[in-house]
Amino acid sequence: MHTFLFYLPFLLFFVLAAVYGERKISAFIQSRFGPMDVGPKGIFQTLADLLKMIQKEDIIPKSADKPIFLLGPILVFTAIFAGFSTLPLNANLAGAAVESGVLLLMAVVSLDVLGILMAGWGSNNKFSLYGAIRAIAQIVSFEIPLGLSVLCVVMICQSMDLQEITREQGLYATDPIFLFGLKVMNVEVTQMGGLLSWNIVKNPFLLFSFLIFFIAGLAEANRAPFDLPESESELVGGYHTEYSGFRWGIFMLAEYGAMLLISFLAVILFFGGWNTPFINIGSFQLANWTMGRYWEVFWLLSKTLILVFVQMWIRWTYPRLRVDQLMTLSWKYLTPFGLLLVFLCGLWKLTML
Amino acid sequence: MRTLETYDALIKYFSNIIHSVQTLSIGLKLTLKHLWEARTARDPLGIADEDYFIKDKGIATLQYPKESLPIPNHGRYKLHNEIEDCIVCDLCAKVCPVNCIEIEPIRATDIIGKTSDGTNKRIHAAKFDIDMSKCCFCGLCTTVCPTECLTMTKSYDFSTFDCADHVYEFAEMTPLQILEAKQAFEEKQRTKSTSLVKSMKPSGDKVVFKPKMFKPKLPKKKDD
Repeated sequence: MHTFLFYLPFLLFFVLAAVYGERKISAFIQSRFGPMDVGPKGIFQTLADLLKMIQKEDIIPKSADKPIFLLGPILVFTAIFAGFSTLPLNANLAGAAVESGVLLLMAVVSLDVLGILMAGWGSNNKFSLYGAIRAIAQIVSFEIPLGLSVLCVVMICQSMDLQEITREQGLYATDPIFLFGLKVMNVEVTQMGGLLSWNIVKNPFLLFSFLIFFIAGLAEANRAPFDLPESESELVGGYHTEYSGFRWGIFMLAEYGAMLLISFLAVILFFGGWNTPFINIGSFQLANWTMGRYWEVFWLLSKTLILVFVQMWIRWTYPRLRVDQLMTLSWKYLTPFGLLLVFLCGLWKLTML
Repeated sequence: MRTLETYDALIKYFSNIIHSVQTLSIGLKLTLKHLWEARTARDPLGIADEDYFIKDKGIATLQYPKESLPIPNHGRYKLHNEIEDCIVCDLCAKVCPVNCIEIEPIRATDIIGKTSDGTNKRIHAAKFDIDMSKCCFCGLCTTVCPTECLTMTKSYDFSTFDCADHVYEFAEMTPLQILEAKQAFEEKQRTKSTSLVKSMKPSGDKVVFKPKMFKPKLPKKKDD
């Protein structure tokens, strides 16, 4: 229920803020001012852009395959938004009660490929079709390293429920947590909570898993440096070349939604979800003090937004990859290392924990 | 031999990973540095300012209409003609490589005035138009101008909504004055042809520049 009550408004607000943020970050990275005119320091720029966008004519090309063309963007956004349904918000709000939450999320989010193909095919335009085909090749390839890195976490946590995975990374954990996951050292940190019980600290292999997850996640969300499907310089606008006005806006919404979803998933799987980063040290019960209904929401959102910032930072640093480089990265580098990490995590789980 | 090749390929594979991790982190550091330095912005200082090279970090652009770089007083942008000092010699129109100056001269019957440097004015300027949208800012017209009435000014922002607004008219004669000047000239020509009176006496004034006394011809265009 909180998916609709919280995540939908949050997503809409996030898109407004993130577009402004992205424009400002890109400007500062390039030593420019960015938007400055609408409102103080230009904070209402996105709102003005949105107003302009929804006033635009909804153009449907004459030769487009109309039903497919119209359904495409809606399906893309629906698929991305459905992914939010499994996300927990704090210790009490657990998201959809699905035992295999991660699996459902991955499966539903993969459906946006279908929407992109519909948009590209229905536009009846070679640039759109190229964009759509690239998007499909890219998302299908990167699904594998993404799945493998998620599998590492699932193996360590012995659960596919996102709420369960989060709970095991903090004070509310039911199993004892040892420092760096090393049972032999016998330093139990369950009651210390915070940073030390996050997955990424609990199992050092998961740091590499996270890197693979993050790179694959960037590719899944069609973000630079993997934004080949919509590369402006070659393909005009990729699969959304023919879209205008509100329908184009939905694509934009889906893109930022995918960014946000990948960041949420990364935070929940690797960085302790809604758990606080502070540690209980002696009488300084920092972890206990910073855990509560609202604190937990705060931690989840702030960690996610930091990852979103990292995505933007990466976007404005790296040039776009070539198609063959993209495929090389996925199949020759990320997938083998993903398999290796699954193997190592399995060994780790059997011997250390 | 085969094992050696696979060994090389392996080395290349891992050195690729190490190399990309190193270079990618350099890139991230560089952009983060710029992001951090964007707290400060440069002031709109000209190159002549002695603090020009001090602030070399931070945001480099200016918010143009609100702030702009200072232009030196001898900036060479929009053309300006001080018509009071113009003797309508047509040199500027002749030298202009893009034909952006259009002049219509009418010979006067007598000296009509003096420029500020003492040259006699003998020709009326019925039309002195400069089309700034054609101008290539070479400055040749200002160097040939004998009375230095045609100058380039520091005004550079003169964009308009209509291209026709880029034609600047410097002539100040009313249509009636033009008509009278023309009639006076024709009258003079008529009397000159009937009587053999010398048309012009050399005047005792000091002549800085003596304009040629025939009607200037505009260079013929190829289209004509």
